[in-house]
Amino acid sequence: MTEKSDNTKIRSVKRMKEIMTAYYIDAKTAGQNGKKVAWITSGGPVEPLIAMDVIPVYPENHSAMIGSTKMAIDLCEKAEAMGYSRDICSYARADIACATVNGGPIGGLPRPDFLVCCNNICGTVMKWYEVQARYFNVPLFIFDTPFIHTDFSQEARTYVVKQMEEYFIFLEEQCGKKFDRDKLKDVVKKSVEAQRLWKEVLATTKHNPAPMSAFDAFFHLGLIVTLRGTETVNDYYTELRDEMNERIQNGIGIIQEQKYRLLWDNLPLWYKTKWLSDTFASHNACLVADTYTSAWSFVIDMIDLDKPVESLAMAYSNVYINISIDRMYENLSTMITEWKADGLVLHSNRSCKPYSFGQYDTARRVSDEFGIPTLMLEADMLDGRLFNESQAQTRIDAFIELIRQRKGE
Amino acid sequence: MKELEVFRKIAANPFGYAGEIKKSGKKIIGTFCSYAPEEIITAAGAVPFRIFGTNETITRADAHIQAYCCSLVRGGLEDALSGRLGFIDGTVFPHTCDSIQRLSDIWRLNGKFNFHFDVIMPVKLNTQSARTYMCDVLEKFRRELQESLGVEITEDKLKASISMHNRLRENLNKLYDIRMTNPGLISGSDIHSVIKAVMVMDRTDAAVATGTLVAHLENPKQGSLKAKRIFLSGGACIHPDIYSIIEESGGVVVGDELCTGTRYFEGKVSENGDPVKSIADRFCDRLVCPAKYFSNTARGDELLDGVKKTGSDGVIFFYLKFCDPHSFDYPYMAEYMKKADIPNMLLEIEDSSGSEGQLRTRIETFISTL
Ligand code: SF4
Ligand code: SF4
Ligand code: SF4
Repeated sequence: MTEKSDNTKIRSVKRMKEIMTAYYIDAKTAGQNGKKVAWITSGGPVEPLIAMDVIPVYPENHSAMIGSTKMAIDLCEKAEAMGYSRDICSYARADIACATVNGGPIGGLPRPDFLVCCNNICGTVMKWYEVQARYFNVPLFIFDTPFIHTDFSQEARTYVVKQMEEYFIFLEEQCGKKFDRDKLKDVVKKSVEAQRLWKEVLATTKHNPAPMSAFDAFFHLGLIVTLRGTETVNDYYTELRDEMNERIQNGIGIIQEQKYRLLWDNLPLWYKTKWLSDTFASHNACLVADTYTSAWSFVIDMIDLDKPVESLAMAYSNVYINISIDRMYENLSTMITEWKADGLVLHSNRSCKPYSFGQYDTARRVSDEFGIPTLMLEADMLDGRLFNESQAQTRIDAFIELIRQRKGE
Repeated sequence: MKELEVFRKIAANPFGYAGEIKKSGKKIIGTFCSYAPEEIITAAGAVPFRIFGTNETITRADAHIQAYCCSLVRGGLEDALSGRLGFIDGTVFPHTCDSIQRLSDIWRLNGKFNFHFDVIMPVKLNTQSARTYMCDVLEKFRRELQESLGVEITEDKLKASISMHNRLRENLNKLYDIRMTNPGLISGSDIHSVIKAVMVMDRTDAAVATGTLVAHLENPKQGSLKAKRIFLSGGACIHPDIYSIIEESGGVVVGDELCTGTRYFEGKVSENGDPVKSIADRFCDRLVCPAKYFSNTARGDELLDGVKKTGSDGVIFFYLKFCDPHSFDYPYMAEYMKKADIPNMLLEIEDSSGSEGQLRTRIETFISTL
């Protein structure tokens, strides 16, 4: 394992933690301040909520926190005792159990006034939100984004644009006030700016040595998920980007003697990020980028500020995981080229079928077309019972050996 | 009963049957789900063929899809890659669960079939815009099918197909009613064979054959069976043995809400008005599948209705392992049963070759407590 050095410290982490703490305090005291709380899926259209002064809360982000603090297995087991199968998404299991005991690192999420579920990431969220709608007995709005296998039909376009209007009406009913379209425009503008800044942050890792890694990106992603559309986020990502550029100028990499550049596919293993980053670092390998944190920036160009309603509906329908594996491959292959990847690590995530099914074909195509080694890690983003550390270690060692051989070392 | 022979034979060897159909010059369209718009396929002169997934060992599918996926998807892919489905001209994938969604991609990229149709239906069925969209995607499918098969699907053909499918559904409904009132008349595994056969047969032949069967059973004949009345809840039942196990344990299936059962034939397509719109309306109104949304409690309520209507003593939830949509609904549906004092149990089956001994013990124990 590499020696710990100050290079691995990113200053902005402190600020990020402050913002997140303030945000959760805000959310948990919303009721006292006469504000509404909505639970929303990570890929859901949040801008209309911000425009209506509703505090958005993201169970997925919360589940990720539960994972990082290693409290997930306990909650998953609790959900299983409630009758939920061990085979369903662990984010959902953790959240469903957490709601009944106010567990987890922050004593549970604030009670929702209503729920907004967008199925552009999976069909699982719909089932999950139904469970919560029954549990809390609150209204549920489903924003239905037809999946894109080969194309997004004109019919689908009409349907999603119509739903955006229905969403506004739903919000007017929930909040008891008129929907403010001018304000929406302003929020969308900030949200696009946030996504642009985030893209810039991620792009800094194209540099050698990479000033941060995908593991850092997983952490810093929290804000784009939870607070996009607010000024705070934009200030924060500006700061983070500047810090990264400063590191580049001073030749500071996130790991010592970075030799190999790797890409990561799928969600992280929240309970194992440190172990994984140390293990790769011990081989002088850095996971410089990943498809998951980039997913937020693949569609920014679709947003047209002159047509916020329509273009927002379209952008949310086109997100990374709402598209076929061949379309995802196009994004991935661009990343392989732009980040000059020496290898690809795919997390076959038992929880997330829509992200994981298709990875075998993708991996084969990557080795055929790019000739780089690929590694399939069978695990789960939260459920550590499904992870075999010594087996993973052996496979990572063998994978790095292949990369070395390919580079003629 | 000779009226059953035809179904038993086809259910035992659906691929052989499909081969015969193929020889007659008809096109065959593979389907994966009870949201497949069969009326449109029939109107195009083709036969919809329901794929259930193989019983054989998986050797090829594992290179394309992880093992943590239901046997329907994994086994179906195995059949496609092994060439056993070689008689299929194309496949239609109604959009439903996450697994089917990705299977469609893998199928399109690896299966060597002439045609591939994705019918990307709405996931919610309870709003006007979703209904309109449902109708739009079915129209789109009609256009695509016309183009691919080089046929014209006229209004008249559609109407004829709808009325024939309605007849077929009505026969199956009657069959279920007969079993409900007189469960001794026909065994559970025979009912299963009928449904399984119908789902792959030339539907016109199926309508005739089911009609004959129902007419035969309707002759007043009293079977007096003293058995515990069981209701099955779940998706596709691919385990025919379960019926005989239940019967040998002193029970009898009197109703279900399975995709290989009621969900397949429930609800009529209106024969007035625009045919495609009528097909869309039936999909929105009939027994909802857990991969679609009607309301937060629609499935619990529907199950309760079914159990009451059939006078069932107990419910068996019958799921395929790794099926997310059904697994999510289980705790609340079981809770619904508990509140209504209806005993229930959960059976999760990996594939159709699962260990029979264990299954038998669990079912026997359950029925003995009723
Ligand atoms: S991890 Fe996958 S299955 Fe679970 S909520 Fe996220 S996208 Fe859906
Ligand atoms: S459960 Fe739903 S998705 Fe599965 S076969 Fe039945 S109708 Fe189709
Ligand atoms: S609904 Fe369930 S059984 Fe049907 S294909 Fe999807 S996962 Fe498999």
